[in-house]
Amino acid sequence: MNDMTPKTVFTPAPPRIVKERPAKIAAEDVNVYYGEKHAIRHLSITIPDKAVSAFIGPSGCGKSTFLRCINRMNDTIAGCRVTGHIAVDGHDIHDKALDVVQLRARVGMVFQKPNPFPKSIFENVAYGPRIHGLAKDKTDLERIVVESLKKAGLFEEVKDRMLQPGTGLSGGQQQRLCIARAIAVNPEIILMDEPCSALDPIATARIEELIHELKQNYCIVIVTHSMQQAARVSDMTAFFHLGNLIEVGDTDVMFTSPQVKKTQDYITGRFG
Amino acid sequence: MSNDALVKKRYAAERRFKAYGMAAIAITAAFLAFLVTDIVVKALPTFFVHQAVLTVSVDPALVDAANPVAGDYLGLTKKALAEQFPDVTSRGDRKALNGILSAGAADQLQQRVLAEPSLIGKDVTVPVALNSGADLYLKGHASEQVSDKQREWLDALLAKGVITKGFAWNFFLNGDSREPELAGIKGALIGSVLTIIVTLALALPLGVAAALYLEEFAPKNWITDIIEININNLAAVPSIIFGLLGLAVFLNMFGVPRSTALVGGLVLALLVLPTIIIAARAALKSVPPSIKEAALGVGASHQQAVFHHVLPLAIPGILTGTILGVARALGETAPLLMIGMIAFIVDVPAGFTDAATVLPVQVYLWSDLPEAAFRSRTAATIILLLIVLFAFNALAIYLRKRFERRW
Repeated sequence: MNDMTPKTVFTPAPPRIVKERPAKIAAEDVNVYYGEKHAIRHLSITIPDKAVSAFIGPSGCGKSTFLRCINRMNDTIAGCRVTGHIAVDGHDIHDKALDVVQLRARVGMVFQKPNPFPKSIFENVAYGPRIHGLAKDKTDLERIVVESLKKAGLFEEVKDRMLQPGTGLSGGQQQRLCIARAIAVNPEIILMDEPCSALDPIATARIEELIHELKQNYCIVIVTHSMQQAARVSDMTAFFHLGNLIEVGDTDVMFTSPQVKKTQDYITGRFG
Repeated sequence: MSNDALVKKRYAAERRFKAYGMAAIAITAAFLAFLVTDIVVKALPTFFVHQAVLTVSVDPALVDAANPVAGDYLGLTKKALAEQFPDVTSRGDRKALNGILSAGAADQLQQRVLAEPSLIGKDVTVPVALNSGADLYLKGHASEQVSDKQREWLDALLAKGVITKGFAWNFFLNGDSREPELAGIKGALIGSVLTIIVTLALALPLGVAAALYLEEFAPKNWITDIIEININNLAAVPSIIFGLLGLAVFLNMFGVPRSTALVGGLVLALLVLPTIIIAARAALKSVPPSIKEAALGVGASHQQAVFHHVLPLAIPGILTGTILGVARALGETAPLLMIGMIAFIVDVPAGFTDAATVLPVQVYLWSDLPEAAFRSRTAATIILLLIVLFAFNALAIYLRKRFERRW
């Protein structure tokens, strides 16, 4: 298997952004198996803090799988096995001393389909702070909820109907509610798994704007199928193909002069 | 074949299929209507009862004011009836005349006098229960229990306006009895309620806990596979087997009192447990995994995700499954026969460890008896049982609608 794994190419080696910003996530020789299937092969990557990193690649290439390794969401899938080393802030996330619940509080996640809880808008955002004991009292909790909704750019639209069900919002609003819910527990990293694939272009633009604002404070990793989106929002792009990380580079460089032919073919729409 | 002909043929096939469907529904509806009509017609006589309103003089010689309980109230009642027919003098005729009275004819008189001892020595006007045969004759049913002479007397009483017709409260207020006109379903109804309480208290928490563990926490391996297969198989085991199990385990091994609501409830809990587990697992499984992922994503532990989000969303399904399971338990007869709940029990059970019977067993018991009045009582009990079952189903539908949420 090892000889089948192509070496990751940097464009140019290594990307500027990783030098400019401190490294937040460092993965080394990560392999993921779904039962017999080798879903990710010998992946190594460094992801910078306070920047947006985009994972692109055709369906089934392992980009979502790797994303779900970072907050150990793959633990919940039966038959899924992860080997290798992933560190957040230099600490191994598979360390036995580290509580996976604490990890997930630090590494928030936004899913492909908006999945608000079937509860009120307020409860949706308040749930995380409440289970982690982040609020001292009721006023404090309300402050956190309002702040999170403001950060997610949703507050103005929902301030009059905080007690109405979150599922009653439009798709784009639901996704921003999910982002507010992730922000509310004060994470350092936000993982976004194709957050706009179920949204219309206007809602998508709104979310992209939001991602741009959020990167001032968070390390954002986004999986996307849209090349344009990756080009618009990300600072660094990683191209995955068949479980291999083919190429990593600064987004502007990668989209103008990719080093690997496969990357070029994918970016120019020749396959995928 | 041309295209037109093909289209025509297709429409014809569709019409034919619709006709088959409507015919099937019509036949089913006809059967149902026949069944319900038959039961209702048979049951109606039970809900009304004829009584003779007689003026009884409470003779202090027969009822001692110092000890009114020991008084011969039936004798007083018979005397009052005889006063209505002064020309009936022969011993045989007197006996036949008394035959139109129920064995419990003096019950109301006794109650009145015991409640108000000052009535001793005075005249009291009370309703007097008639024999079931006499009652049926007055309702217009031919009855071999009533002789020609008795018919004349009853007609005479009716003509005098002594006979009144009223709602048969007795049927709802009495326990079982050998005399059909005194037999009521209160014992069976209370027995059913007590039994179902035991069943629910045991099967609901056990079933939901088992379903939660198997669905959300248990590792998926060959042991859990075997458990799952066996639960599915248990749901299909004939109910009488559970009765045998209850007899062997609860009665013989643990010595739970025989024929009680407690042991009945235990056996029925075993019976519905697989149904509840299967329904609860299906309800848990139908909660979208994205909800659980969302909870895990904000750092909820597995248990928090399950108890805060998955379980609340599964509750309508769990409740529906449970209520339908309990409704099934409510209608079960066979397993209860094995644990002695078929005994003839006159007293209304006052607790879980009193001898009791339940509605379907009462139907079974009465359907075996020869008297025409018991046949009617059987039908009336079936109606009551059906009403209880409909109520349970309505409750299930209401709860499902009430708690149903969209996501």
